[in-house]
Amino acid sequence: MLPELGHFALILALLLAGLQAFFGIAGPALARDRWSSAVTAAVAGQAVMVATAAACLIASFVNEDFSVAYVAENSNSALPLVYRVTALWGAHEGSLLLWILLLAGWTVAVALGSGRLPARFAARVLGVLGVVSFGFLLFTLATSNPFLRLDPPAPDGRDLNPILQDPGLAVHPPILYTGYVGFAVAFAFACAAMLEGRLDQNWARWTRPWTTSAWAFLTCGIALGSFWAYYELGWGGFWFWDPVENASFMPWLVGTALVHSLAVTDKRGLFKSWTLLLAILAFSLSLLGTFLVRSGVLVSVHSFAADPTRGIFILVFLIIMIGGALALYAWRAPLLRSSAGFELGARESFLLFNNVLLVIAAGTVFAGTLAPLISDALKLGTLSVGPPYFNPTFMLSMLPLLALLSVGIHANWKRGRLRDSQRTLLYTFVVAAVLGCGCAFGIFARGNLLTLIGATLGIWILLSSLVDPIDRWWRGLTLSRAVLGMTVAHIGLALAVLALTTVQSFTIERDVALAPGGKAAVGEYEFRFDGVRAVEGPNYDAMAATVVVTRHGAPVAVLTPQKRQYWVQHQVTSETAIRMHRGNNLLLALGEDLGAGRWSVRIQIRPLVSLVWIAAFIMAMGGALAASDRRYRTARAAATSPAGATAGQAG
Amino acid sequence: MSRFLLPLGIFALLAVVLAIGIRHSPEKGVIASPLLGKPAPAFAVPNLSNPTGEVRSADLRGRWYLFNVWGTWCAGCREEHETLLQVHRAGVVPIIGLDWKDDDAQALDWLKQLGDPYQSVGTDHSGREAIEWGVYGAPETFLVNPQGIVVYKHIGALTPEAWTREILPRVSGRPAGTS
Amino acid sequence: MIVAAVAFVAARAFAVDPTELPDPALQARYLALTHELRCMQCQNESLADSPVGLAADLRREVRDQLLAGRSDDQIRAWMSARYGDFILFRPRYSLRNAWLWGAPGVLLLIGALVCWRVVRGRARLLPGDHEPLEEDGPN
Repeated sequence: MLPELGHFALILALLLAGLQAFFGIAGPALARDRWSSAVTAAVAGQAVMVATAAACLIASFVNEDFSVAYVAENSNSALPLVYRVTALWGAHEGSLLLWILLLAGWTVAVALGSGRLPARFAARVLGVLGVVSFGFLLFTLATSNPFLRLDPPAPDGRDLNPILQDPGLAVHPPILYTGYVGFAVAFAFACAAMLEGRLDQNWARWTRPWTTSAWAFLTCGIALGSFWAYYELGWGGFWFWDPVENASFMPWLVGTALVHSLAVTDKRGLFKSWTLLLAILAFSLSLLGTFLVRSGVLVSVHSFAADPTRGIFILVFLIIMIGGALALYAWRAPLLRSSAGFELGARESFLLFNNVLLVIAAGTVFAGTLAPLISDALKLGTLSVGPPYFNPTFMLSMLPLLALLSVGIHANWKRGRLRDSQRTLLYTFVVAAVLGCGCAFGIFARGNLLTLIGATLGIWILLSSLVDPIDRWWRGLTLSRAVLGMTVAHIGLALAVLALTTVQSFTIERDVALAPGGKAAVGEYEFRFDGVRAVEGPNYDAMAATVVVTRHGAPVAVLTPQKRQYWVQHQVTSETAIRMHRGNNLLLALGEDLGAGRWSVRIQIRPLVSLVWIAAFIMAMGGALAASDRRYRTARAAATSPAGATAGQAG
Repeated sequence: MSRFLLPLGIFALLAVVLAIGIRHSPEKGVIASPLLGKPAPAFAVPNLSNPTGEVRSADLRGRWYLFNVWGTWCAGCREEHETLLQVHRAGVVPIIGLDWKDDDAQALDWLKQLGDPYQSVGTDHSGREAIEWGVYGAPETFLVNPQGIVVYKHIGALTPEAWTREILPRVSGRPAGTS
Repeated sequence: MIVAAVAFVAARAFAVDPTELPDPALQARYLALTHELRCMQCQNESLADSPVGLAADLRREVRDQLLAGRSDDQIRAWMSARYGDFILFRPRYSLRNAWLWGAPGVLLLIGALVCWRVVRGRARLLPGDHEPLEEDGPN
């Protein structure tokens, strides 16, 4: 019963999404205001239907209804309840449903928050979101229906992939998708502006909080994925430049550029067509990521089941959505002109550099990720690209960005006036360089040139970001949320740079073979292996090792890494044991049984690695803080003055 | 005006690349062998049925032969065994087997129970020989011509279609891809 | 194929490789090479990280060749002669791959050009710009 209900709900959702799209776009276009106001009803209906469908699928999981094919493939009677719920997004069909659910969520949020927007514009935004929903619902129903039945029902399920039986799965995909999908809102705002044929500073002001919140979610989502990989997969790394990782990183880079570009358009009415293009690009990369992960064109650890039919469908959808938006852009963008000026040392310049460098970074990641495809299509042979390509090329565009950031923070709009901040910049740089030397060569005494550069840049950004806020606070002035948010986000970035520099330069890794009682000295720590014993879990059997960690003789911790074999899927996974100690992250993983009680063990000491994710979280918090500034919800007062008319004139 | 069409143009190119990617994706797991058109690796491996003897590439000069990498642990090898027996019965091309990372006793048992399509079988316990041929999964089958050049590689279980469309034509001197 | 088509996330088990070469410099090269070479049976893992038998065999091969005194380039060439360029995570520096390795540089040049043109254009508009800013602060 429930699966049929869910299926039916999806079909209704599809129809409602179609109506939403139709009313939202045709209404304003044909000046039919009744249609425009019908959009919100369609939005509500679609959201209710999608939520119903998701609820039905979750209920099927919880009830262990193995007559539903998706449940049978991703669950099992021995699977703990919490994972039965999170299994909803454990594979392709369900994760699509999650996509659609979150898109409905964002659409409802926009509908609720669109009170201050002009009615027709709001209708257009919701209409474009309706088009996206329609496409995804059609794709799901046509090729990836999660409600397909098995007849006769399976006696038991094939179990959720053991790697996904982890709290990380409960949070990473939903938060990541919230960010991913959230860029659809910026995309919709951009399309609405293009359909309207107008784009002014108010538009930028409305778009900013939506874009910044989506960006904040995406930041958290990527950080969670990286964190999860680190502690769950046991290989001690947290970023591999895997195609699926890149698929989420590219929208993030472009999204960051978009957040900054919107600031310029909001403040000075400049970079209008560029901002439009970035908004289209960010969501296009989200869609492209969806395509890459599900179509089987790329080799990846993460990819969903390869299915060329699905790939073709998504590609057609991509062509319609992105091609359509870019065609709109080619048609409308030439009308957007502004006559404002700024000098070389102005904030606008720095934001321009920011945008260019971020887009270049996204471009190099794009080139590397799609290189195998491109090389194959141009008949240049098979090519494979990994960290040895991505690491140096990414740094090539990032280092200049980080260096310019500290300076740009002090640049004023229009006329820079960097001369006034010269001394501040010099002092902060010197302090940063000294501290950087200390980090690189003093504390750990093992640094190299890159360590020095990374540490200096990170500290410089930190100091530079703090100068103004502290100065204003000292003088008793208030700080707007937007500025505070910006400061917090930049501080988060600085901390991330410092953490990454430290981890890259000072990590110690050793794989050793140990017999019971055997010891290994790694870094300042000693690890004594006390053998393994058999353990049983809810749906797995495990060998748990006991390792005693000491430092200069003093006890630090007792860690128990495990090697688990899951009953149903027979997969062997490694559960790492991780402990924080004095800023160091001690990671232990159990390898293979080498016979006679000897086991291979991986020992890693990664200083400050947790800071990487904490810093990312701080960045996201900064974004959230900025997005909540009430200023964005009020229209520009300047719209009525003559100067404002000039700004709003073009397009 | 033209520069605003640039993004659309670039996207069009990308769409073409992605479409080609989809078309090729079923073969994605099948990497073209760099050995095609090059001399087959020389080998001299212990003979499975006669531990003191050897199976040598030198003895195979001047003849077509199929080089089949297999193991008793490999499900695909079980699938293709019938096809291999058919090829053996056809008597056109001899099959030289390489028993890869396997147990000799089990291998002999397997051949006794299921039939032996091989002219001779060499053993590779260390995996070194298979690496020379660029083997990255079993089963894989290579076709070597009388001059010792690898002219075709089949990845996965050998099928009757592959035999009739790819291997037989080449051996008979006809263009491949026909039956 | 012994590796069945993986349905969803590959069993990202990994390898612990306690191989230790006598010379620290050789050990460093060993680690670098095994991280740079792809496991041909896996979905996007390096030789260092992969638990499958083929990866262990190839790691042993790298070790043996290093001990025999071969250079990194020779080892890479040896591997790609048998498995094709797909086994390399670092694309070869060749004319064929020039577009890939050159891409960042080309993009930077284009970026610099764009920046120069925009900044110059906007600086020229500055004298005629009478638009007041509502607040001359950061945001």
